[in-house]
Amino acid sequence: MDAAEIHERLRGKFGNAVEPELKDGAWPAIAVDAPMVAEIGQYLRDEPGLGFDCLSNLSGVDRKAADRIEVWYHLFSYAHRHQVALIASTPRPDPVVPTVSHLWPIANWLERECFDLLGVQFTDHPDLRRLLMPEDWVGHPLRKDFVEPDEYHGISTRRESLLKL
Amino acid sequence: MSGHAIDVGIERETPAGLETEEMTLNMGPQHPSTHGVLRFVVKADGEVMRRAIPDIGYLHRSIEKIAEKVGYHGFMPYTDRVDYVSAMQCNQGWAMACEALAGIVVPRRGEYCRVIACEFGRLASHLLSVGATGMDIGAVTPFTHAIREREYINDILEELCGARLTFNYMRIGGCAWDIPPGFVKRAIAYLDRFEPLIDEYNELISFNKIYIERLANVAVVPAEMAIAWNLVGPNLRGSGMRYDVRRDVPYSVYPEFEFDVPVGTGEKGTLGDSYDRYMVRMREMKESCRILRQALGGLPPGPVVAKVPRTFKPPAGEVYVRVEGSRGDMGWFAVSDGTAFPCRVHIRTGSFAAMAIIEELSKGLMIADLVAVIASLDIVAPEVDR
Repeated sequence: MDAAEIHERLRGKFGNAVEPELKDGAWPAIAVDAPMVAEIGQYLRDEPGLGFDCLSNLSGVDRKAADRIEVWYHLFSYAHRHQVALIASTPRPDPVVPTVSHLWPIANWLERECFDLLGVQFTDHPDLRRLLMPEDWVGHPLRKDFVEPDEYHGISTRRESLLKL
Repeated sequence: MSGHAIDVGIERETPAGLETEEMTLNMGPQHPSTHGVLRFVVKADGEVMRRAIPDIGYLHRSIEKIAEKVGYHGFMPYTDRVDYVSAMQCNQGWAMACEALAGIVVPRRGEYCRVIACEFGRLASHLLSVGATGMDIGAVTPFTHAIREREYINDILEELCGARLTFNYMRIGGCAWDIPPGFVKRAIAYLDRFEPLIDEYNELISFNKIYIERLANVAVVPAEMAIAWNLVGPNLRGSGMRYDVRRDVPYSVYPEFEFDVPVGTGEKGTLGDSYDRYMVRMREMKESCRILRQALGGLPPGPVVAKVPRTFKPPAGEVYVRVEGSRGDMGWFAVSDGTAFPCRVHIRTGSFAAMAIIEELSKGLMIADLVAVIASLDIVAPEVDR
């Protein structure tokens, strides 16, 4: 199924929760209402003919200029060999997106990574802990306004230049 | 107390008066069989694991954050460190993401050089993987055979780019260096030597009875499970799913070459067991040799790199490209905001999913099988943490 048709079906099912515009490209992207993303995901996975059985990637993007955080879901169907991306845009000060980890188990870790690095809260996630950073780390490093701390447990993060110029 | 059943589905007699309890074991972060720095918390009942919980992040070097600071050209050497066992495909993934953002076409000779570099990289990586699988379950000698061959391949790649591990060979728009004089002849001579060695290697270890017993029927992943967990590459094909990015989402010049995509057959046990994943890698090495012979034999003339401005400012946009790395489908998500620095880079690697699935796979396995599972999934820790 091509992306325009998938977009058409999503519009038919979810109406205005799906943006009328389709971002064309090798991996066509559709912007959707962030709170609806789990329901839309469920529909994309289970509906015959769509069958998106694989979540290829989940990435957060900090759009500081627009004061939004986008979560990108790259979905792929091994059964039908078609692909589409969903974009859930959420306010930067308080980013909240429902979890899709019950739909695709790999989302469990991908969402933990996104929470860890960008501070996105995934509601109903079974185990939303940091994945890569230490548990007691403060802040979310991939935020554009993240400031690196001077030290971590007494270990300095600064170092003098070896070149005495 | 008798006939005490634990939730892993194993019936066991407990002598009257003896209490049993769950044991928590720590494995790693420094452990010889974890292929890098990673840690498991193992909940075990005697020798049987209830689950092994992976704890990652020990090799997190914030490579994605670095990308936002060093710009498009400058990020290329860092991609080597994403998966340092097989750095060529990481180079290619980043180059392809940038080329897709800016609409750059790579010259044909450049694409051929990339294919040659990547397939030699795949051979080197699979050799380490199958050698380490043997070593992890107690067969040390095959590892030395595999490493010996890997060293020769490193020699070949060194001729190509001057480095043996972190190559930094590719550039946005092509490759850094052309094929050196005499390289084709030497590479083909090496393939002539190497191809029969795959059969020798199979006879040495792959059909060894103890080896088969340790891998067959261990950690079976059915195809639906592999897809839901986004297992990729040899791990996915081991479950019988014939899917290879080189063939199914053709990129570079791969459509010009003839090669098969080997899948697991369940020949010694169940479809999707550790042995199938291992054998897929053995068979893929033969296919890589086939691709290499075709690429080396049909090198077109011309430049190896397209003209790309020194200050590289791709138009604003997002791309998600996939390459078939040694550990499978590697996804490169790059967001440009029109400046000289990427707004966001996310690398979704094959080992990430392979690591995540272990908690599910480990239920009910013996503790000693955990290392076999890690090895058969070919997990490379830096790729998980980035």
